[in-house]
Order: sequence, then C-alpha cells, then structure tokens
Amino acid sequence: MNITRRHILLLLPAAAVAWKSMLAGTPEDSPNYNMSEHWWGMLIDISKCIGCGNCVRACQTENDLPDGFFRTWVERYHRSNWSLENPEVISPDGGKEGFPSVPDDPSGEYFFVPKMCNHCADSPCTQVCPVGATFISPDGVVLIDQRYCMGCGYCVQACPYGCRYIHPTKKVADKCTLCYHRITKGLTTACCEACPTGARQLADLKNPKDPIHEFLKTHTVQVLKPQLATGAKTFYNDLDGSVR
Amino acid sequence: MNGFKDAGHLFRFAGLFVVAFLVFWVVRGFVVPKTFGQYGHYRAAAIAEYAARPVKFAGHQACEACHTDIASTKAGGPHARVNCEACHGALAKHAEDPTSLTPAKPDTAVLCARCHTASAAKPKNFPQVDPAEHSGGAPCQTCHNPHSPVIGATLAAKGGAQ
Repeated sequence: MNITRRHILLLLPAAAVAWKSMLAGTPEDSPNYNMSEHWWGMLIDISKCIGCGNCVRACQTENDLPDGFFRTWVERYHRSNWSLENPEVISPDGGKEGFPSVPDDPSGEYFFVPKMCNHCADSPCTQVCPVGATFISPDGVVLIDQRYCMGCGYCVQACPYGCRYIHPTKKVADKCTLCYHRITKGLTTACCEACPTGARQLADLKNPKDPIHEFLKTHTVQVLKPQLATGAKTFYNDLDGSVR
Repeated sequence: MNGFKDAGHLFRFAGLFVVAFLVFWVVRGFVVPKTFGQYGHYRAAAIAEYAARPVKFAGHQACEACHTDIASTKAGGPHARVNCEACHGALAKHAEDPTSLTPAKPDTAVLCARCHTASAAKPKNFPQVDPAEHSGGAPCQTCHNPHSPVIGATLAAKGGAQ
C-alpha cells in the first residue's frame, strides 16, 4: 500500500488523540482515604485558649518551618471596656514562647485568639494565582503546588487573614496545609494534637457524626471577616467583636 | 470544481494552520503535567505529594496502644484530654521503633508553668497559680502526678508519674 499525503493527514490527528489519552494517566490512589467523603474545617474555642503556644511549636515541628514564619500563631487581644475599636494586639514570636504578664486587675478584657489559614471555600488566594499553583482540594483544603508556584506573592497579598508567606529558602508561597499528611491518615492536625485544652478541634463537615455539627447548632460560632464572604471554614466560638 | 479554481493558496494556508495546531497539541501533551486539570486548574498529583509527607506527632492513639497504665491514670483526671505529645513533644519516631528514641522526661518547672502560670488573660475557670508562691520552689511533681494532677487521686494511681 502506498502511503499518500492523504493517509498521513488522516493518521496524524488519530496519533495525537492516542498520545493524549496515554498522557492523561490515572488518579493517584491514597489507600483508605476518599477525598470526596470529607470537607475539612477547624473549630477554635476562644473560651478555652490559654495562650500556651503549644500549637505554634507543634506546627513548626511537624512542618519544619523556618524560624520567624508561622502557619498558625496566637494573638493576645486587649480591648477596652467601652470600645471594640483599636484593640491592642500582640503576638511575640507568634506566641510560641508565651506572652508577657498582664496586670492582676486589668482594665478591659484580655484574651487569646489563635489564627491560622481559614481554608476558605471561596478563597481569595486561589483566585489570584496566575499559574494554577494554589488550589482548593476536593476535600476542602487550600494547598499550594510548590513545584508550580513561581513566588510572585499575589496570594500573600490577597489573603485577608495574613496566613501566607513566601518561604525564605524555597522562595515559593507557603501556608497551613491543615496537616494534610496527617488528616489523610486518620490523625488530627499537629496543632490539635498538641493543644492541651481542646481549644482547637479538627472538623469534618461532611461527616454527619462529627461533633462539629452539634457544636455549631448550640453555640454562637463566627468566622473572621464574614463580610468578605470567603466561605471561611475556621470557626470561632466566643469570638469577641473586636477581633479582626 | 470550478468554484475551487485558483484557491490553492487558501488550502495551503489552511494546511499550515492544521499543522501548527497539531504541533501545539503534541507539545502541550509533553509539557502539561499528567494530572493537571484532573480536579481543576491545578496539578492533582500535588495533593498526593502532600499526603505522602512524614508524620512527626504520632497521635495519642499510638501512645495509648502501649502505655495503657498511663492512659488509665490519665483517664479519670483533669488531664484526661491532654494528649501525650502536648507535653512530651513529637514522638512518631519512638512510636515506630521504641528502642530508637527514648523520650526525655519533661522538666515540670517549665512545662507546668507554661500552662498554669496565672494570667488575667487566661479563661477564669482554668486552674492557675503563681508557681513561686504556690510551691515555694519545689518541683511540681513533689505533690502532683502530672498525669492525674488532683492531689489525693495521685495516691491511688501508683507509679503514674513516669
């Protein structure tokens, strides 16, 4: 059979289609973990936080974070008795080594607010990424593909909660992964594991048996900056009106 | 076929487009990672890469599997829900191979004070003391069993403070 130009023109697209389907690959399986069965969030109970900094240290250990960079940190608020505006907020070294003492009979209210990535369902950080390096996983965790990230820092600026930073040596964006390597193995996050008072609770919003559902029904739970409609999934119990 | 008379240049041009498109398609097949776009506009394999990272905190379930005595000491007391690694630190290595790493005993003077030093910023119902005033410098475990710190309950839980 003579192969004519016509044959080649017909064969080329067919070969391309075959090649493409070969490249598509198969999804990588993680045993016993099905992403479609989970929708992760976090519950932080301000009324239980004692500001010990265990969560901050645990996070830095678990994730090998460089000094001075935090995926979670603890802030201490001091707001006056008469105004919610302009609270005094401190977080020395992320609250890692505790906080300076406060007067025994203070004026106003002191309390601790642990902060972390809110794993927003409509996250501003993923929307601004120009290269598709940051994304919301099918189980609701905002992650960064650090092999794709080019370190432009748009997401760092876009996050209204200040939860991202550019890693000082990798030069790419970095943030809380909700200990993805732990929660996919059935463990809780490092910060929840290390919290001595149960002020932090990992929550699976898709699991009907998760105590989060009962808690959300029976408590006045809020998210940070609800007016931004980010779909934040870090829920705060007993949140003071002065917290930003 | 008279309509296509003198239209050869158009066909050649169209052919050029077809070839360019095919080249683009094949090159794209090479440079776009396999799993890109599987779940959305990102490389799906990155999820598996995160999941594959090593764990450093073993989790209290792992500790309690062996240290059943400590688990039962803790169970009734106010520290029942304080996980082992909250005080003892990340010990996944010890959980994997207990002989490879013997956990150091935490210094109670630092450890207890970290949580229980009195501060007006802490929740009112949380037990707080001024360590110097409270013990007069004696280590906490003189009176308290860290695993079940209520005095009195300690006597029953013999050998718990390990």
